[in-house]
Parts: sequence; C-alpha cells; structure tokens
Amino acid sequence: MSTGGTPLPPREQILAALVQKQGADAVEKLQKATIAVCGLGGLGSNIAISLARAGVGKLILIDFDTVDITNLHRQQYKMNQVGIPKAEALLQNLKEIAPYVHYEVHQVKVTAENAVSLLQEADVICEAFDKADAKAMLVDTVLEKLPQKYLVAASGMASYDSGNAILTRRITDKFYLCGDGKNDVDEVVGLVAPRVMLCAAHQALTAIRLVLGLE
Amino acid sequence: MLKVNGQDVDAAGKTLESYIAEAGFNKVRIAVERNGEIVPKSKYGETVLADGDCVEVVNFVGGG
Repeated sequence: MSTGGTPLPPREQILAALVQKQGADAVEKLQKATIAVCGLGGLGSNIAISLARAGVGKLILIDFDTVDITNLHRQQYKMNQVGIPKAEALLQNLKEIAPYVHYEVHQVKVTAENAVSLLQEADVICEAFDKADAKAMLVDTVLEKLPQKYLVAASGMASYDSGNAILTRRITDKFYLCGDGKNDVDEVVGLVAPRVMLCAAHQALTAIRLVLGLE
Repeated sequence: MLKVNGQDVDAAGKTLESYIAEAGFNKVRIAVERNGEIVPKSKYGETVLADGDCVEVVNFVGGG
C-alpha cells in the first residue's frame, strides 16, 4: 500500500498513539470488539471511519450499492470512486486511514433472510440504511432473531434544522435510536453533510460506549 | 387505559395489529416496544394490549 513514500508505521506504534489519546483500557476493549455497519452511505461511511480511527478490532461493512455522484456531498468517497461498489471504495479509503483494522466487507443487500448469517459475529450492529422500511426491517429482524446483540439505529437527519435536535435515545436494553426522529428526506428539503455526520457520530459514539460498558 | 408514545390511549383489549392500523401507522416503517421489549412484527396479531401497558411506536423516517 502506498502512503506517499512514507513507510506504514508498525501496528505497535499506531496502538501506542491510540492508547495515548483514548486510554489503555478503552483501546484494549475496542481492539476485541466486532461492530457491523449496515449500509455505507452518509451514515455508514462516517460511522465506519470513526470506528476504524478509534481502533475497533473488526468491522463488518455491508452495502449493495455503488458510489454515485449525488452521494459525494455527504458520504466519505472520492470523485474517482464514482461507479465502484461502496463496500470496495470504503475499504480502500479505510485501509489508508486505519490499516490494521480487520475488515470484512459484503456487497449484498441485507434482508430478513441473510441478516443472521451476516451479523452473528458482531457485538454491536449499526443500522445505517436510507429507506425507512429497510430500517424497520433490520430493527425487527435483529431484535427478534439476534436478541443478544446491541443495535444502534438512526431515524431523522434531513433538513437544515438545528443539530441540537439530534439525540440518542435508549428504547430497550439492547436498542438505541439516534436522530431527530421526524425529518424525512422525502418530506423536507436538505440532506447536508454536517447534520448526517452528527447523526453518524451519535451512532459511532453509542457503539463505542456500548463496547466500553458505559451504557 | 395505556400509554402509547407518552399519551393515554383507550386501547386495552385490542390487538397491536388493529391498534396500529386504526392509529394510522404504516406497519412496514415502524418498530414497537411494549413494556421494555420489542414486539416482532409476526406477533402483532396475537399481542393483546392491556391496561397499564407502556408502548412506544418508533416510526422510522427516510435518510441516511
């Protein structure tokens, strides 16, 4: 892998830097964690990058779609990645950011039928789809078929409303919901990077807090 | 009387399936929590709401 002529720092050096900023106990727990991100759009690409930077041991990344030019205003892809699968493009970008994370990528659509086999290894599952019915399907499927998993879902990040309306709520012991809960992308104008990233940040932080036993 | 999304609702004795339909929720866009547990969609028809229940209907909106 090219890093612009500079050799890749060894794993130990990157871990030491993480420990310096995040604390040894947290890094140890994060290194042992497996987190799944379902959907690699505005939410999922940002969640994955946050979690990779934080030193999560393994990320399971799932998306069936390809990068489109209309994604680039809010999703963590580059102009030269338009047309390639998001799972592949995000893997390329993540390997440049956090090369020692174990990445498992799947270019498939998550369904009620394949969700268990895709997600059974995860400690925490992040729902990061864009369609409301897909969100509800995943929540229903995970909470019914994988009830021991933590699930962090999102609803409501469109519009130019204040970012302070975006919250994390605990719905049940295992189910957390981030977002403003109301602004539907099909009903309001505006889907803007910082508001989507705020929601993604809520999800990534909740996933980290769950791994650290703080929730 | 029971609570749905914080509001008092007179729906004791109804199934969750019929309450959801009457209240105008779109079944494919929701998740329902009742007394701390998620009710799977396959169980809406057999789940009978009771006095004192605390129900939250999570209505998903699009965007991601």
